[in-house]
Amino acid sequence: MKKAFPILGVLTAMLLSYALYQALVVAPTERTMGDVQRIFYYHVPSAWTAFILFFINFGASVVYLIKRNPAADIVALVSAEVGVVFCTVVLVTGPIWARPVWGIWWTWDMRLTSTLVLWLIYVSYLFLRRFSSSGETPALAAALAVLGALCVPFVYFSIWFFRTQHPQPVMGGGGSIDPRMLHALLINWLAFSCFAFLVCWSRYRLEKLQREVDHAHAMRSLLDPSGSVR
Amino acid sequence: MKGNPYLFAAYAVTWIIHIAYISTIVSRYSRLKREIVELKKAR
Repeated sequence: MKKAFPILGVLTAMLLSYALYQALVVAPTERTMGDVQRIFYYHVPSAWTAFILFFINFGASVVYLIKRNPAADIVALVSAEVGVVFCTVVLVTGPIWARPVWGIWWTWDMRLTSTLVLWLIYVSYLFLRRFSSSGETPALAAALAVLGALCVPFVYFSIWFFRTQHPQPVMGGGGSIDPRMLHALLINWLAFSCFAFLVCWSRYRLEKLQREVDHAHAMRSLLDPSGSVR
Repeated sequence: MKGNPYLFAAYAVTWIIHIAYISTIVSRYSRLKREIVELKKAR
């Protein structure tokens, strides 16, 4: 498995470079927005990747609540953390795109506000994981994750239920998209998904190692409570 | 494709966020490696 990581890393870097080429060179320029519309190829795949990671967090949290499996707890933590990173990208690239197109950085419409609330829920999840030392923290965090996951469909479908400034979704929104644009979008999504997988994998290994070290420290304290090294 | 400051900013900030996060993973990993060496020495 350790040998596979660098190979997958190189393949993902190549895929990300190809996706960047598709987004900046191959995809046609949008008629009304011009080149700034190309932010779409980073903004939308980042949002989809974040949603998938939050669903993985939901699944792992449910497994943890049922089976109390430590591996599921690590998967939940890792997917939430990487999901927050991708959601941060969405919340930052969105206003950068909105400024030249809408003339404003931010508006409190349902899609933008619900995305911000979703981000805040998962940030609070990570704070809970980081700063609570109770034995019940993973279970409490898992319950919070279930609540957070309920917000994901609401964020996605908010533009159907409410009148918002945000455009309709690319998939199932009723509009049409140039095939080259769709290709660039899907390639970027694939590239970011592979990248997210590799980051999750690294983070999973780190968390596992951290727990082993914490366990070793705890055992050492039990065997030598005075703290002196023999 | 013409140069667009907003487009450049969005792409740049995306990679700054990802690289910053990866840097935290790398630094945490280095710190853990040091801790493991210290634990082994203390045995």
